[in-house]
Amino acid sequence: MDLSYSPEDIAFRDEVRAFFAEKMPEDIRTAVRNGSELGKEMLERYHAILNAQGWLAATWPVEFGGTGWSPVQRHIFEEEACRAYAPRPLSFGLAMLGPVLQKFGSKEQQDYYLPRILNGDDWWCQGYSEPGAGSDLASLKTRAVRDGDEYVVNGQKTWTTLGQHANRIFCLVRTDPDVKQQQGISFLLIDIDTPGIEVRPIRLIEGGHEVNEVFFTDVRVPVTNLVGEENQGWTIAKYLLTHERTNIAGVGFSMQALEEVKALARRTTRNGRPLIEDPLFAARVAQVEIDLEAMKITNLRMLYTAQKQGSPGPETSILKIKGTVIMQELRDLARRALGPSSAPFPGHITDGNLMLAPVEAANNAARYFNGRKTSIYGGSNEIQRNILTKTMLEL
Amino acid sequence: MNFDLTEDRQMLSDSLNRFLADKCPFEHRTKVAYEAPYHDPALWAGLSELGALYAFGTEEQGGFGGSGFDITVVFEAMGRALCPEPLLGAAMGARLLAAAGADADDLMSGAVTYALAVGELDAPYDLDGIACAATKAGEGYTLTGRKSAVYGGQAADRLLVAARLDGKLALFEVTAAEASVTGYGMIDGGGAAEVVLDATPGKLLLADARAALEDAQAAGIVALCAEAVGLMDVLHKMTVEYLGQRKQFGRTIGSFQALQHRAVDMLTEIEQARSITIKAAAELGGPDAGRYASMAKNLIGRAGRLVAEEAIQMHGGIAMTWEYPGAHYAKRIVMIDAQLGDTDYHLSRVMAA
Repeated sequence: MDLSYSPEDIAFRDEVRAFFAEKMPEDIRTAVRNGSELGKEMLERYHAILNAQGWLAATWPVEFGGTGWSPVQRHIFEEEACRAYAPRPLSFGLAMLGPVLQKFGSKEQQDYYLPRILNGDDWWCQGYSEPGAGSDLASLKTRAVRDGDEYVVNGQKTWTTLGQHANRIFCLVRTDPDVKQQQGISFLLIDIDTPGIEVRPIRLIEGGHEVNEVFFTDVRVPVTNLVGEENQGWTIAKYLLTHERTNIAGVGFSMQALEEVKALARRTTRNGRPLIEDPLFAARVAQVEIDLEAMKITNLRMLYTAQKQGSPGPETSILKIKGTVIMQELRDLARRALGPSSAPFPGHITDGNLMLAPVEAANNAARYFNGRKTSIYGGSNEIQRNILTKTMLEL
Repeated sequence: MNFDLTEDRQMLSDSLNRFLADKCPFEHRTKVAYEAPYHDPALWAGLSELGALYAFGTEEQGGFGGSGFDITVVFEAMGRALCPEPLLGAAMGARLLAAAGADADDLMSGAVTYALAVGELDAPYDLDGIACAATKAGEGYTLTGRKSAVYGGQAADRLLVAARLDGKLALFEVTAAEASVTGYGMIDGGGAAEVVLDATPGKLLLADARAALEDAQAAGIVALCAEAVGLMDVLHKMTVEYLGQRKQFGRTIGSFQALQHRAVDMLTEIEQARSITIKAAAELGGPDAGRYASMAKNLIGRAGRLVAEEAIQMHGGIAMTWEYPGAHYAKRIVMIDAQLGDTDYHLSRVMAA
């Protein structure tokens, strides 16, 4: 047992820290810190900065233009990125489609699409969930019927994150309705500007626009856009989901959120004293700090296992469940610390003298409500429990 | 022993529920709740005509209520409909005007809207921390200080302001038009205001208002708890209905025991919340009103968070959308905790008492 980073890891950490200190644009840092909506331009600019350093594709092997980092290095990078209030790179192209194409894509697909992801030519979004297929993803109904050299796609996808900025969508579609659900699904790459596609916004609970519905009406897609074999889509989908779950614990984000809560509680007055001296509030902060300290080690233990075995196992579901609950607790504390000062609708008070909260905390209630999504998306925490029941308990 | 409403209160409850179902349907509610001035004069007039505001006044004042159960009947109906109209200022204001021996006719008729300007940035919940100060100026008084998150302040004609005078907490009436009032919408709908007083004239209502303010706060807490019970009841029913309709894996998700038990846990907490609210309402005006109001607000804070978060989680993505009414119920339930003292504040009061 040795919980310390190796000298190489520490040298790497220092290099990453220096990079963020030098290269991280102030406006992007501020937007992340304040919990503002990051526009397309900011995200693309951040991607370009990472790409210029060769650090954009943290999970890709070197041969495809990735970093080739070990899981521990990826963890260090994420921790430092959070420390610097850097945004999380868009996962759809980098963390999801990239690894899928590397494992299942044709040489042509790899050569064409992978560099475009790195260079920012393509903005991918994910066409998985449907109104009737959420936790039960395999019941999806969007249909793709072969017609000569094309598939004709009809159906609807939903919860398409940042689809409003995307030019391409990767979709799970039903290519064979007559076999067991999981065996009739295929993985298709589709251009958003193909005739017959309509992207409609979904407004979220706190008022933001982050997800969309995507409608497909007689959309013609070349068969060359099929990834892997026809009806092999479920295998690909499962592979993708294990990648979606890497770094799902969000330890770096929670560490950052904990520091913010403490800072806020130090400058907020309650009953004539700083809130941090209120034993009830301090106890809430201490409890989540204990959970987070354990989570850091749980996360490192699982990264270590993944590094030894070559791939993450089903126990990453534990990271998803506990990691999201810790984050949500911190969001709750950040809102609670403000009391009624968290109540104004984001953006309603424009006069700086009348702000009720420090600017970086003004959106805390909105962030709390928005954060409820984390235990629902990426396989709800209930689905993660099902996975653990089957794989770890074997019940 | 009798837990039934009196006939009069049952009638008020029924007519409010009917009126709000008719005049405050979800789409209209959302428009009113999120568009300035976060107040619908027609809805306000309708509520006044039904006598909702007279229920806050005692018979001596010309009202027909004034007890804890008059307040709970009105606010539970408001909660059920998720109605953002600023009734809280009237419910609390009626008691303050009574304590001051001031006329409350215009309050109860709905002709004049009141908001309570008590909390401040550094003292959102506790009366001891109030810094706003009053000064004698000729025959009258002027007030200086900032009142923060004044609920309903964006639509108020008059403000009831707590301020320091000669070492005591005093109560003043301020004409809203004479103060600097900046209104805004709130994340859970409805409006509030920042009120900046700068040598603003104020009419002295009570030179020592401590007891009256504590009574008004207890009444306000009873109102908020009843609103929360109405909200939670509706949200729980929506959740159970959804569990019975939504199919995944070829069956309704309500057939999964893991979810059934969680829905029952919500029900249990709501029943407890209803009980503690009844207790706080029964004690209102009595010597232990503050203690039971604090118990109620603490329990409501805990139950509310559980019910709101579990409702969203069990619905899944749909409850994360603006379009789904349940999302707005959840927001209001959570944000009630930040009004008139949160879970921890009231726990500490119960511990100290």
